[in-house]
Amino acid sequence: MFDFSIVTSWIHGVLTSVMPVGVAVFIECILVGVCLLLAYAIIAIIMIFMERKVCAAFQCRLGPMRVGPQGTIQVFADVIKMLIKEIIVIRHSDKFLYNLAPYVVILASILAFACLPVNKGMEILDFNVGVFFLMAASSIGIVGILLAGWSSNNKYSLIGAMRSGAQMISYELSIGLSILTIVVLTDTMQFSEIVARQADGWFIFKGHIPAIIAFVIYLIAGNAEVNRGPFDLPEAESELTAGYHTEYSGMHFGLFYVAEFVNLFIIAGVAATIFLGGWMPLHISGLDGFNAVMDYIPGFVWFFAKAFFVVWLLMWIKWTFPRLRIDQILTLEWKYLVPIGLCNLLLMVICVVFGWHF
Amino acid sequence: MDLAEKIKTLVPGAEYVESGDGLWKIPSEKLHDFAKALKDELHFDFLRSLTGTDCGEEGFGVVYHVEATDSGRQIVFKSVTPGREKCELPTVSDIWKAAEMNEREVYDYFGVEFLNHPDMRRLYLRDDWEGYPLRKDYDMDKTREINPIRMNNEVASDDSPSYELDERGNFIRKRHVIFDNDEYVINIGPQHPATHGVLRFRVSLEGEIIKKLDVHCGYIHRGIEKMCESLTYPQTLALTDRLDYLGAQQNRHALCMCIEKGLGVEVSDRVKYIRTIMDELQRIDSHLLFFSCLCMDMGALTAFFYGFRDREKVLDIFEETCGGRLIMNYNTIGGVQADIHPNFVRRVKDFIKYMRPTLREYHEVFTGNVIAQTRLKGVGVLKREDAISFGTTGGTGRASGWACDVRKRHPYGVYDKVDFKEIVFGEGDCFARYMVRMKEIEESLNIIEQLIDNIPEGEYQLKMKPVIRIPEGTYYSAVEGSRGEFGVFIESKGDKYPYRLKFRSTGLPLVSCMDTICRGAKIADLIAIGGTLDYVVPDIDR
Repeated sequence: MFDFSIVTSWIHGVLTSVMPVGVAVFIECILVGVCLLLAYAIIAIIMIFMERKVCAAFQCRLGPMRVGPQGTIQVFADVIKMLIKEIIVIRHSDKFLYNLAPYVVILASILAFACLPVNKGMEILDFNVGVFFLMAASSIGIVGILLAGWSSNNKYSLIGAMRSGAQMISYELSIGLSILTIVVLTDTMQFSEIVARQADGWFIFKGHIPAIIAFVIYLIAGNAEVNRGPFDLPEAESELTAGYHTEYSGMHFGLFYVAEFVNLFIIAGVAATIFLGGWMPLHISGLDGFNAVMDYIPGFVWFFAKAFFVVWLLMWIKWTFPRLRIDQILTLEWKYLVPIGLCNLLLMVICVVFGWHF
Repeated sequence: MDLAEKIKTLVPGAEYVESGDGLWKIPSEKLHDFAKALKDELHFDFLRSLTGTDCGEEGFGVVYHVEATDSGRQIVFKSVTPGREKCELPTVSDIWKAAEMNEREVYDYFGVEFLNHPDMRRLYLRDDWEGYPLRKDYDMDKTREINPIRMNNEVASDDSPSYELDERGNFIRKRHVIFDNDEYVINIGPQHPATHGVLRFRVSLEGEIIKKLDVHCGYIHRGIEKMCESLTYPQTLALTDRLDYLGAQQNRHALCMCIEKGLGVEVSDRVKYIRTIMDELQRIDSHLLFFSCLCMDMGALTAFFYGFRDREKVLDIFEETCGGRLIMNYNTIGGVQADIHPNFVRRVKDFIKYMRPTLREYHEVFTGNVIAQTRLKGVGVLKREDAISFGTTGGTGRASGWACDVRKRHPYGVYDKVDFKEIVFGEGDCFARYMVRMKEIEESLNIIEQLIDNIPEGEYQLKMKPVIRIPEGTYYSAVEGSRGEFGVFIESKGDKYPYRLKFRSTGLPLVSCMDTICRGAKIADLIAIGGTLDYVVPDIDR
């Protein structure tokens, strides 16, 4: 099994041999930050391209085809266009909050992104309450969206932001409950530990019925959390033109756009980590030969394959279902998902207490 | 009792004018009582059309086409204002709600002030427009000076005027508040993805809930009726396709029928068959677009492409025979522009064979979806009485349980020879409106299937005179357009130009009932309601 900590400890060794430890750690932090931003941007580009192609496939179209082979350069062209577009300042808007909002959103997204364990030894933020940290960090995004809606001085934006606030705060609960269900099974909140405990089987198999229920709830709530169809009310283009980011242009809009797609990846990545074993290869106890072969596939391949599988599931849902209405969204959450989630948590506790899991 | 006798007893001063279709002249002071008696005693509950005309020295006239939905009896009557200067008439908007918008239109065009009408604003033109353009003494040569292109924004006023007479006969102008200062008013349109064109709603919100809705029309007003008055009859044909572009064939069919009726010309059977088939193809085209747009409005973007993919096949068939895809210009006075293409029959049959299983696909991807059902069922209920009173014909009326299909009520073309069901639902909600149209696609396929093999031989175009003059009189004919009754009213003075040509819009009743059915609904419902009412804006504005 490829362990990325060999690389990191080698860099650490080289740096400490030529400079004091403090400086070395400082340089390492900068390096990690740069890599993180780079990975963030690449993931965003891949996601946007994937969205366009997957959506086209569902709709009997080809999607972008003209720029580059199979349209692969299209997203880069879009990014360049976005970068050189003028940022239009809206009259009577709250300038400070208006400019701050996209950065709050992107900050929350990057913080959450940093929690994902991509490979063995390749965690950036990894500590004993990692799950809580991830949930706390990702919910900062709501503040950014509310600020954007409020400061734009646009009624559509305000309605979109209010919808978004109501929806995201509600669905945070279901996400928390379904993740807690798995935490009960693992008795740890550290992401690296959660992955390590799935060496003899992924949690979706080990936790059987309650884990599968939790997985489904997580997918629904996660979809709602990132404001994607059928829960894309905050930016319902046929009702509110573009919701909270109606008044944003240029790269400010680009930041919202990118954050939306990476948030989708984060939701999928977390699902992959806690339900589908993260970077852990598929192991079946008893079949040592099979397990050894699986180990030859590096961890990050496993991780990305699982994450993109979940992304694909979510895209499938988005491009098939019509949009819900705001009261239906809240009904679904408070009358169905939360009670089911609570019962499911109890079920999982019972399973764990009596040892009815694998 | 005979209707004529009854009218004589109701209004002793009424006289019957025989020219054209014939109409009753009712003195203006008796108009309101007469209309009330018609509605209450004789159950004439459906105001088909309300048209303003210029009666020269006498004043300005308003022609009412009224029908009883239970017995199918019709009556046409006209009332003239006391004079050109004193142009006022009692409103009938308290009797038929359809009159509300139509009277605003007459006020807009002719300056007839309807007494006690709650909302006497202009409907299409800007509030600062000088003069009344359809009056015959409106000087078209000076219109550039009187009404230059305004470069300032039109301020949407938050109150509306109304005119009343007190006991002593004094004229009182009142103002009614539409929106209070402290209401949260949001503007939907004219540029908005869900209004399907340049229609504008001002909506007062309480959170997400709609308290009041005010419709603003006229953003694509082209004055087609005014233009028609200076065009010869064959020239006017070119404009009908540009009204409801999803009912191009039917609109032009109605106008040709009306002119042929005026001329006393009977077209050949072949023409009738071709026109009927084309109308039904057009209906399928329109309903497919309805399905697509509704799905897109509701966020189901994949289903949108399904509808457009299949609509393309209808357009291909049109293109082969008519040469056009959207603006076909196919019907002519006394026939059709060109005979059907040799491939026409084969391609239509292929399309029918293809379309039936494809409809099941639509139901799988959208109709059966639980989200679609909860979004549409029980939302935006339009009661049957309201539907009749507003005159919302077409799929919307039939979804409310009102059998209003012109093809059954007043058969034209070869609809009396084919066997088809009139789809009527009773719920009146968005889902019923949606299902009516989906079922109508199937019915249209049935109609075409019955006709396509039996197109008789014959001429596709009668020989017409080079200059067409319609004998003096008034004429009205209607067809079942894609979204309701599309009527054409011609008033002729025996010239080669129509004296007054009015199109009964299919969309205007649909938007006039928006306020009634949207109150208490949510913004998202407004989109679903607008989508299922299925109005087309160029048809409203004309």
